[in-house]
Amino acid sequence: MMGFSRGQAVAFLLMTALVVVAPFVLYPVFLMKVLCFALFACAFNLLVGYVGLLSFGHAAYFGMGSYVAGYAAKVWGFTPELAILAGTLTGTGLGVVFGWLAIRRQGIYFAMITLALAQMNYFFCVQAPFTGGEDGIQQIPRGRLFGVISLQNDMAIYAVVAVVFLFGFLLIRRIVHSPFGQVLKAIRENEPRAISLGYRTDDYKLVAFILSTAIAGAAGATKALVFGIATLTDVHFAMSGEVVLMTLLGGLGTIFGPVMGAFVVTAMENYLAQFGAWVTVTQGVIFVACVLAFRRGIIGELGAKLRLAL
Amino acid sequence: MFMILGYPAPLMFGQLLLGLINGAFYALLSLGLAVIFGMLNIVNFAHGALFMLGAFVAWGLLEYLGIGYWVALFLAPLIVGVFGVLTEKLLIRHLYKLDHLYGLLLTFGLALIIEGLARNQYGSSGMPYRIPAALQGATDLGFMFLPNYRGWVVLAAAVMCLITWLVIEKTSVGATLRAATENAPLVQAFGVNVPRLITLTYAGGVALAAFAGVLAAPIYSVNPNMGANFIIVVFAVVVIGGMGSILGSIVTGFGLGIIEGLTKVFYPQASATVIFLVMVIVLLARPAGLFGKAA
Repeated sequence: MMGFSRGQAVAFLLMTALVVVAPFVLYPVFLMKVLCFALFACAFNLLVGYVGLLSFGHAAYFGMGSYVAGYAAKVWGFTPELAILAGTLTGTGLGVVFGWLAIRRQGIYFAMITLALAQMNYFFCVQAPFTGGEDGIQQIPRGRLFGVISLQNDMAIYAVVAVVFLFGFLLIRRIVHSPFGQVLKAIRENEPRAISLGYRTDDYKLVAFILSTAIAGAAGATKALVFGIATLTDVHFAMSGEVVLMTLLGGLGTIFGPVMGAFVVTAMENYLAQFGAWVTVTQGVIFVACVLAFRRGIIGELGAKLRLAL
Repeated sequence: MFMILGYPAPLMFGQLLLGLINGAFYALLSLGLAVIFGMLNIVNFAHGALFMLGAFVAWGLLEYLGIGYWVALFLAPLIVGVFGVLTEKLLIRHLYKLDHLYGLLLTFGLALIIEGLARNQYGSSGMPYRIPAALQGATDLGFMFLPNYRGWVVLAAAVMCLITWLVIEKTSVGATLRAATENAPLVQAFGVNVPRLITLTYAGGVALAAFAGVLAAPIYSVNPNMGANFIIVVFAVVVIGGMGSILGSIVTGFGLGIIEGLTKVFYPQASATVIFLVMVIVLLARPAGLFGKAA
């Protein structure tokens, strides 16, 4: 099935079963937050885990997707599926421009450039009229799916979010295991050699970047619909840091890691929200611990124990 | 009142001075980043947090121990430098064999910890730090009033940049440092204690950030976010200048500060983004940076 090994197929079925059962046990709004961030982290991981490009400004695509979807749904009256599509296209467009600029430099500079571009985007959002500045876009309607099915009910919109997430997850998985994905991994391992074999690595990197930002835009758009707001938080660089944290904690370059990381980080933030800045301190400690002692992340370690590539 | 390009001259000079001051901080911070990157091969994301820590240490010295500005100007970089030694020895040291990116992630985590702790302790609003008595007031330069403290900041930062440049380019310690940056194993074979040199480089780099923090304390209020706001702009400065050259960092830092100041006069809406726009233009025209060597 889609190139899954047996272990991965079992893991995927387990994850799907959890996605289906969880809203009957846990608070659906919390789960939708997890799924949106999980999709965002998977998109980010496509870049860092499989091409070796660390983008430190992924909040730009997530947040802009969120703004545009929110604006389209509220002001233009887009239906939810069209609003998500608008968010995805926003992520794509921004990814084309920023990616085209950022891939001119490698390694550490790439991280700094993506961060700086995202910061530029942040200042743009602070000033641009359509974002609502400090207030953000509020009271975004969930609307009716295809103009027919009302999504006011949490369970109804949960189904949409789950479908978007699973579709995005399988898409990323398909990309990684395609011949295109193999070239990406070759670039990650040894770019000069990939060039010498005749691959235009810059083109591959750019396409991977755009795919990643498109999915990040979709994740942001979905989040805007679920919560009914799009704010500066979504484009701020702290959000970029958070998605790095989720992916690192779950396991860089693993398929299921970002999902696990998103769950753990979101749950931790919900729990620690009452303790103010301790959230930030805890995130910092997790970063340090992961880098020093735990570089494979939760799923990476689990996979190593079970001798499976998860 | 005479005008320059249709703008009142005092406004022009005032913004130019603000630009120079910001430029001074960009120069000091990007200089430290460049020195650390050259030796340790990591981009120190905690640089902004350590800049903030320098300001906090100066504030704390005054608040709790009654130690004034002039002593703090030496003591705060020293204290933050010691903190840097511990950080390098306990944490960063373990990453040298790994991909550069892990250094960025580790120091990002450090920045979150330092800033989070500061916010827990002191809140986000910020605390005032008084300008030392000797530098209060302003001087009439004829074409504008120069607040004495602001003039001092530009001067002190420029002198500190010059000293750093002289130490690295003209002394034997600097020569060893440059050699170790080029080829550490070879320098070690000559009997130089390279691990210690690396530790001291990191300490020196963060001490520069703390020095900038103390200079900044009376201008901006001392608050936990002051570093985070700076560090991303400094990253853009570093991308523009390239990290290969000490003098390049200094020139780029001051130059971009001035550009930012002038933008505030001509088109204020773009003043927050102009440095990033310059970065985009440089990336298009000279991808390796103004002073960088092609990778």
